[in-house]
Amino acid sequence: MGEFRMPALGADMEEGTLVEWLVKPGDFVHRGELVAAVDTDKSVIEVETFEEGVVAELLAQVGDVLPVGAPLARITATPASGGPAEKQPVRRPVRRPARQPAPEPTRAAPAERAAGIPGTAVPVSPPVRQFAHRVGVDTAAIAGTGPGGAVTHADVERAAAAQARPQLEPESPHPAPEPTVKRQKQARGAEESGRTPALAAPAHVRSSPRARKLAREHGIDLAMLTGTGPEGAVTEADVNAAITATPVVTPTATPTATPAVTPEAPPAPPESAEHPTPAGAPTPAPDAATARAAGLRRAIGTLMARSKKTIPHYYLTTTIDLRAATAWMETANVGRPITSRLVPAVLLLKATALAARETPEMNGYFVDDEFRPSVPVHLGVAVALRKGGIVAPAILDADSLSLDDMMEGLRDLVARARGGRLQRAEMAEATLTVTNLGDLGVDSVYGVIYPPQVALVGFGRVAEQPWAHDGMVGVRPAVTATLSADHRVSDGMRGARFLSRIDELLQEPEGL
Amino acid sequence: MNTDDARVAVQAAFAQVAPDLDAAELIDTARLRQDLEIDSLDFLRLVETIAASTGVDTPESDYPQLATVGGVVGYVASHG
Repeated sequence: MGEFRMPALGADMEEGTLVEWLVKPGDFVHRGELVAAVDTDKSVIEVETFEEGVVAELLAQVGDVLPVGAPLARITATPASGGPAEKQPVRRPVRRPARQPAPEPTRAAPAERAAGIPGTAVPVSPPVRQFAHRVGVDTAAIAGTGPGGAVTHADVERAAAAQARPQLEPESPHPAPEPTVKRQKQARGAEESGRTPALAAPAHVRSSPRARKLAREHGIDLAMLTGTGPEGAVTEADVNAAITATPVVTPTATPTATPAVTPEAPPAPPESAEHPTPAGAPTPAPDAATARAAGLRRAIGTLMARSKKTIPHYYLTTTIDLRAATAWMETANVGRPITSRLVPAVLLLKATALAARETPEMNGYFVDDEFRPSVPVHLGVAVALRKGGIVAPAILDADSLSLDDMMEGLRDLVARARGGRLQRAEMAEATLTVTNLGDLGVDSVYGVIYPPQVALVGFGRVAEQPWAHDGMVGVRPAVTATLSADHRVSDGMRGARFLSRIDELLQEPEGL
Repeated sequence: MNTDDARVAVQAAFAQVAPDLDAAELIDTARLRQDLEIDSLDFLRLVETIAASTGVDTPESDYPQLATVGGVVGYVASHG
């Protein structure tokens, strides 16, 4: 009997709100299959189960706010699991593998990966690799029975069946906090990660999930209250006292506003007494949306501050001639329906993914004072959200996707990032991120690395530039590529090699 | 297609691609990239949406004509 628990979807996450169940009791779930949608204060994220078996009982309801680690469902492992062909894990057209076997010390094979020997790659075809990824099997740990020792689909299925033992939530590269113990440690500021941001944001307020929910529903800022609970924590009673003391706020209902608009015990204040809305917007911005945007801003700020504080950045830049790439792309796009046209960004992303595969010092995680290179390249793409803020979800296994698949994946990812429905693996497992500010018209970007990653690639706008070639000057489309890299892991030589490799790959676009 | 119908269709397409944009912001001189923050992927979706609703298919070579809202409306009106 295993349990599906509230996952940690970010290093600073303490609790999440269950917003949707994607399965029901009686459903058979495979490891890696998406089972629920959780709302953090930044976005709604779809999460997968690491347990395989039949959903026995749902322990939480839609709307419940639960701490990280809280059990959400019971899953009964069945002896037959691992046998039949896997279901398509999701009710969504484009399927991406939901999980990667992350490099972590508790598993056997990654120990050799952590030593930085990606050359021991086992021959695995992309479809089998994606299947393995989806069911959470590490192909490097399997003895392949195919030709030349290749790992076959059946090999992966066998390994998945062998692994179908209840085990606790593993790997997120962010240390997944245990329900209460580590959370307190974090709250005490033992880790810089989020408790005391270097910015002006208020210090984190200790409070119970129920108190937080109540405060949210009534538009009360916890930081303004004096807590009477343990260690000054704000309790439900404290929030209730504040509710009866402040004027009633009645925000206009929007799709995302929390349902409890009618307060529990308004004594005197009439509905006309309203808090001035934060931005002074003409339509009263509801608490949910502005709170979310503020939460996201704070989270970004904290992460960027931590990055600058802990990662010794160095920067390199190079300008890449894109004549061959854009000409090839224009030819490829002729006659294609709009839905399958490529954009230049996809060529840049693919070249980056391939170069990263060849330069392991750019691709992986720096955790616990050591660098753990990753074999697959999960390319994070910084997506600007229309209401402000950025998310950088990953295109999983970007180095093994065809340009068309990557284009489709990119469009789907960006649409879901803006629409607010990303998957846990996409949020947690980028091994390298690209930020493409070309559309905004600047030449180059010197970006900030997203910890625990060790590098960030930036692309400015593609523009016609004068170009000297063979003693003559002409005009070519070109782009400025920049690399921000972690000096604990690489030096300028390796960084330069990486950037020039991207350049080389873009000179032969048909090979992308 | 007359300009009014084209405008209606274009506004509907923008509403789909960038729902946070006010109809009041869609003035003819508004530039898609700089003023409305429509990036290359949004733009593709816009062109797709317009193709689906009006039947006007935009070859890549015509993209430069769609740099402003007015440009888009004019293009749809003349090709629709």
